[in-house]
Parts: sequence; structure tokens; C-alpha cells
Amino acid sequence: MEQKTVLRRDRSLPVRLLTARIEGESIWFRLMVNLILIAACVIALYPALRILSVSLRPNDRLLSTSLAVIPPDASLQNYKSVLFEKDFPLWIWNSLLITITTSLVGLALSATSAYAFSRWRFHGRSGFLLFLLATQMIPAAMMMVPLYIIAARLGLINSYRGLVLSYSVSSIPFSIWIMKGYYDTIPASLEEAAMIDGASRMYTLYRIVLPLAAPALAVVFLFNFMNAWNDFLLARIMLQRPAMLTWPLGLQSLQQLFQTQWGAYAASSLLIAIPVGALFLVTSKWLVSGLTLGSVKGD
Amino acid sequence: MKSLTPAIVGSSLGQVGSTLLFLVAGVILVELIVYFLSSRVLKARNALVHMLLAPAIIGLGLLVVYPIAWEVVLAFSNMSLRHFKDPTFSFGQALSNFSLIFTAPVLKQVYFFPVFLRTILWTVIQVVFHVTLGLGLALLLNRRLLLKGIYKVLLVIPWAIPQVISCLTWRGEYHYEYGFVNIMLRTVGLPAIQWKSSALWNFVAMNITNIWLGVPFMMVICLGALQSISKEYYEAAKIDGATGWRRLRSISLPLMAPILTPAVILGVIWTFNNFNVPYFINENNLETSDILVTALFRAAFEYNRYGFSAAFAIVIFLILFVFSAFYVRFTGALKSVRG
Repeated sequence: MEQKTVLRRDRSLPVRLLTARIEGESIWFRLMVNLILIAACVIALYPALRILSVSLRPNDRLLSTSLAVIPPDASLQNYKSVLFEKDFPLWIWNSLLITITTSLVGLALSATSAYAFSRWRFHGRSGFLLFLLATQMIPAAMMMVPLYIIAARLGLINSYRGLVLSYSVSSIPFSIWIMKGYYDTIPASLEEAAMIDGASRMYTLYRIVLPLAAPALAVVFLFNFMNAWNDFLLARIMLQRPAMLTWPLGLQSLQQLFQTQWGAYAASSLLIAIPVGALFLVTSKWLVSGLTLGSVKGD
Repeated sequence: MKSLTPAIVGSSLGQVGSTLLFLVAGVILVELIVYFLSSRVLKARNALVHMLLAPAIIGLGLLVVYPIAWEVVLAFSNMSLRHFKDPTFSFGQALSNFSLIFTAPVLKQVYFFPVFLRTILWTVIQVVFHVTLGLGLALLLNRRLLLKGIYKVLLVIPWAIPQVISCLTWRGEYHYEYGFVNIMLRTVGLPAIQWKSSALWNFVAMNITNIWLGVPFMMVICLGALQSISKEYYEAAKIDGATGWRRLRSISLPLMAPILTPAVILGVIWTFNNFNVPYFINENNLETSDILVTALFRAAFEYNRYGFSAAFAIVIFLILFVFSAFYVRFTGALKSVRG
């Protein structure tokens, strides 16, 4: 519609193109916008594509100064060696086992406590909620010293026990905030109706509230999963035995042998980054909304 | 699959499984005991609340509060690798631990204040770049574009890749001979840079890495905030003849503030506490690239000065605490908690 007012009949085609406008912006401006965005996409993507490129290099050409994304003599040798000859499957197994267990435990603990915060007004409630927020500001590195000493004294170094306990609890504060925010949006009248029909509080929680809160449960599970899955620091001080390493520790050990294992490192990274990245992209909308639900809107 | 033997699988399953059983049994036991005590013995009205909260409170108490208390106790000790089993606790030791932070090198050579200043510089640089670039990209994206969906997915990729992988990959790519950064510099005719051994360039390298990592988060937050602004404001401004810059300053930014402020504060805290980037990019353990949290890690786990590190950790926590207190005081955040 707007173009009509701008275009005049007596102008030639190039002039008309140059002065054409879309939604009030000139073509040149829009071209610039697209060019800047494309440049930004290249910057965002290139380091990731480099992982792909290195992972496809055959072992005798690992160290090359080529910038090509797909090397001319591409081979899947590195993937084969990572999947069938190296410790990679072991790291993934260790990580999955720990991560899934702790995410479920953290979810169960926070879903029930958050229900209490949402439905009852009790003494110390707001103070406790503030305490939960405050724990989020403690640097992870700060907790390492006492956790290490305590674990060492209890004989929990080189054992998954300390790690599982610690991961399960560390995600609770954030999860409680998200779950509480979501419970608050579920009308209490639903539960009251069930209780009039003779259902107990716990029964209504499990049969009515939790099914309705399924989206929030999924977000919290995902948060817990990502936190434990990507953790390096705690695993680094708790686990030292090669058979026990989680994938971040395993990748670090490969990366330290840069000259010889760069290809294996890149192949393993890609095998981890693609499923996790895809999961993240698909769910990022909920993750962000969960984040704002929990931390911005508050009550 | 040579390493994933049945014996190893069995032992890890056994460890995690037994811990899980212990946890489940513990939680059920605690809930029953608390419910019984609260409803029968104390005759409390909120017995159910006590029961629901008990496991989380005990968990947080054991794994957050107790370690922090331990850290304070540890700051009164001379615990190190040599005195691991037989540390002595005294008031004088605490005094010496805390004064050592400010009077002697916290690592081998570097003192506390240079590390502190570097941490502040690092935080300021990061947050400024994250917000301006994130906001800029969000403003560019906030219009009808043919490839908008593709742009959005590609731009979020640095955030989607697990951070450890990004950091280790960048660390490899700062390699003098074979990393792409130097290869690109050489192709355009510039001299290659010693990213790993030069103090200045290593700091630049960690900044580049973290800018690359952190912009997508701010972009997503800014885009969400921009899209929540009603179009009518802009139409009204247009009728009044407001320019693009004016519209940004007088409509977009003020209306984005409620979402942007908490995001910036979170950004400051995350950057201040960022461990992965400074730790991984600093491959040669340059003390000139350490920020407070990585210096703390090295003091504790490379020099094994546990008592001293506990005191150091308390100092770092106090710095963050003062910052957060100022923030809460001046912006009235957390008002919503007292509902």
C-alpha cells in the first residue's frame, strides 16, 4: 500500500527500485540489515563448523592450515575410532546415568516442596524463598573447597555417591521457584472441588495438580538435566579414575593431547553437541519462558 | 566398546542405584517421621507443609548450609596438603589467612587487587558487549524478514553448544600454528598472535570467546522484551514525527527495562563467577589471566592451601553480596517475593 505513494510513474526502473520502501524502510536499509545478520550468523556458526571440519580430517592430515569446512580428503575414521576404540561410550554412559538419576531426584524433591510454597502461607515462607534465591548467587567455585574436604573425609572421592547427592540438591532452589510460579497459575478451585468429593491433599497433588503442571515439570527436568550434564567443576574434583570420568572430563583429557587427538576430540564433541544442541533449540522457548517465569515475575 | 565392559557398567549402576535407593528410602522415612511428629506430637495445623518441605530443607541444609559453615570453620585453620589429617584451628590462624589474602600473592606471584581489578574489567567488558550486541541483533531481527527463522536458529547456536565443548574448541583454535584465528590473520596479511603465552592476548582471547558465547542469551531476552511492546506506541510516535533513534530511546529502552534489568544483573553475576572460559582458554596457566574464581580454584586445588582458600572464598562471596545488596536496595527488586 505504502509503495504507491512513493513510486512515481515518470521514474525509470532502477530509480524506482532504489527508492522503493517496505514497511517504511528503504531497500538499501533492509539490504544492510540482512547483510549484518548474515555476517553475525557466519561468526556464530564458523567455530562450530570448524569442529565438523577437524572431525572429518584423516589422522595423517590432522594438523593442516586449511580453512575449508569439508576437507578434500574427508573420512569418517575419527568417528569410527571414537565410537569403537576409545573411552567415549563409557563417558556417555557415566554421564547419562548420573544425569538422569539426579534430574529425577531433584524434580521429585522440588515439585513437592514448591507445592507447599504455592498453596500455604506459613511462618518463614518468604524468608525461605529469599534464601533459595540467595543460594543462586554463591559461586560454584566457592562451594568446591568445603565439598571436596567433606567428600574426602567421608571417602566419597572417586565415587558417584557424592556427585549424585550434590547434583540432586544443587538444582532444587531454582526448580522450586519455577514450579511454584507454575502452580500459582493453576486455580485452587480445582483442588477444592476434588477435596469436597473426599480426595486427600496428597491425592489431589498427584492426580490433579501434577498432571496439569506437566509443562513445568518438563522444563525443570530439562534444566536439571542440562546443569548436571554440562557440569565440569564438581566432577573434576570428585572423580579421578579414568573408568569413572564423565564426558566433560573425558573431552578435556583428549584435548590435552591436541597434536594427536584433535580429530578424536572433534568427533566426540560433535557427537555430544548435536543431540544436546538440537534438544536445546527445540526447547529453548520453554527454557527462556521458565527463566522469566521463575526469576522475573516472582510471585 | 572395549572400555564399556560389563564389570564397569555393573559397578557404576550399583553405585548410582544404591545411592538412589538410599535417597528414596531416606525421603520416605523423613516424611513419615516429620508428619508423625508434627501432627501427633506438636499438633501443628500445617503438618502437611512440614512433611512436604522436610526433604528439601534437609538436603539444602546438608549440601549448601553445612558446607558453607564448614568453609567458615576452615578459614580458621591451617589446613593444607601437609596438614590434611591434623589441621589446627585458631583465631590467629584466621587472622593470618585473611591478612595473607591482601598482603601476599594469592597464587605464586599475583596479588589480590590486580586479580580483583581484572575481574571487574572482565565483567564490565563482557556485560557491555553482551548487552549492546544482543540488543543490536534483537533490533535488527525485530522486523519482518524473509529468513528470520533461520537467522534466529543460527544466532542461538553458540548458546546451544555445551559450554565445555565451546571452550575446549576455542582453546584449540587459539593454537599458534593450526588454529583458525591465526590462519585467518595470516591470510589477510596480519602477523599471527601468541594467544596462549602473551598475557594481554590471552585476556583478549578469553574476552572474544565469552562474547561469542554470551551474546545469544542477551539477544533472546532482548527480542522477547521488544516483541512484548505494543505496536501502537510506535505508530503514535511516528505520527508525532519521532525518528528511529528517538523511538529506541524513548519507547523501546524504557519499556524493556523491567525485563532487561534482571537479565543484566544475572549477566553480571554469571560473568563474575564464570569459571569455564577463563580456566579453559588459559591453557598455559598464566596467572595474569586469572579472575577471582579461577584464582580461588588454583589456590585450593593446585597449591592445596585449603584454609587460605576458604578465607579467600569468603572474601569473594562478600564482594558479590555487597553488589547484590546495592542492587536490591536501589532497584527494589525482590519486592515480589514478599507476597
